[in-house]
Amino acid sequence: MSHYRLEVRVTPRPGLLDPQGKAIHHSLNSLGWEGVHDVRVGKAIYLDMEAESEDAAVQAADAMCRKLLANPVTEDFEVSVVGALEGADS
Amino acid sequence: MKVAVITFPGSNCDYDLYKAAQQVGAEASFVWHREHGLEAFDAVLLPGGFSYGDYLRPGAIARMSPVMEDVVAFANRGGPVLGICNGFQVLCEAGLLPGALVRNDSLRFRSHDVWLRVERADTLFTSDYEQGQVLRIPIAHGDGNFEADEATLQALEDGGRIVFRYVDSAGNVSEPANPNGSWHNIAGIMNERGNVLGMMPHPERAMEGILGSTDGVGVFTSLVSSLSTAGAAE
Repeated sequence: MSHYRLEVRVTPRPGLLDPQGKAIHHSLNSLGWEGVHDVRVGKAIYLDMEAESEDAAVQAADAMCRKLLANPVTEDFEVSVVGALEGADS
Repeated sequence: MKVAVITFPGSNCDYDLYKAAQQVGAEASFVWHREHGLEAFDAVLLPGGFSYGDYLRPGAIARMSPVMEDVVAFANRGGPVLGICNGFQVLCEAGLLPGALVRNDSLRFRSHDVWLRVERADTLFTSDYEQGQVLRIPIAHGDGNFEADEATLQALEDGGRIVFRYVDSAGNVSEPANPNGSWHNIAGIMNERGNVLGMMPHPERAMEGILGSTDGVGVFTSLVSSLSTAGAAE
């Protein structure tokens, strides 16, 4: 077993109204960043977990997204490994 | 008639629902989210509130509660299930109703009375209303913007599964009457079988004239009379 740190990015699906993104977009424009054309707000979830391999860790996180972390009706998700951690039991 | 009011950590309309059920002559009981077994009940009510602090997404964590397995089984047996506000969000997360409730387009928590038009007066929950009747009922939510993919929305519209819509006082669907940006002013929908209803407005807060409106009473009297008719037919 090794320890991995995974990043799960959950973002509103394209086409779906993102009121937070819209509000931030307006605010950025009014602060002078007129080149900003669109803002979408999502969330990042960091998982420190044990798994047999990197693939197994990603697969598990993928299952977690489908079951709980993301709502497929409104959100997309992406899982990436951001680091292998020193094993606590090694 | 025995009614279960499911209580999650963070529910805050559970007592209102309990009282509403009692007011129309039902025998109400609280069922804690860790419990199992809804066989003894004739209807299940999911209250409003902020279960698990709305962490992750409203209803997302409550949906994993042990009692939800029983709620799903109860609904699949055809038992009537009514989810109000956070209860509606839980029903969508649990897949008992399609779509999802996302942040209000105004980004504001909206707490005020709205006008609702009864789109279907032939359901378990609305038979005591008239088709097209306009009700005044409070809302109190930050995430009531109903969204789904095009095909789902069309199926809801074509199937006549939109039970309540936000309207103006004259009963017309309009943008200013829509408090949260919901597609086609949707305030409440039901499943295909017609035994599961989710709605954002709070009929249980419109039960007594002294509190401003009695327009919510019909939801509960409809449920009681539908069930007693069903009981008499068996």
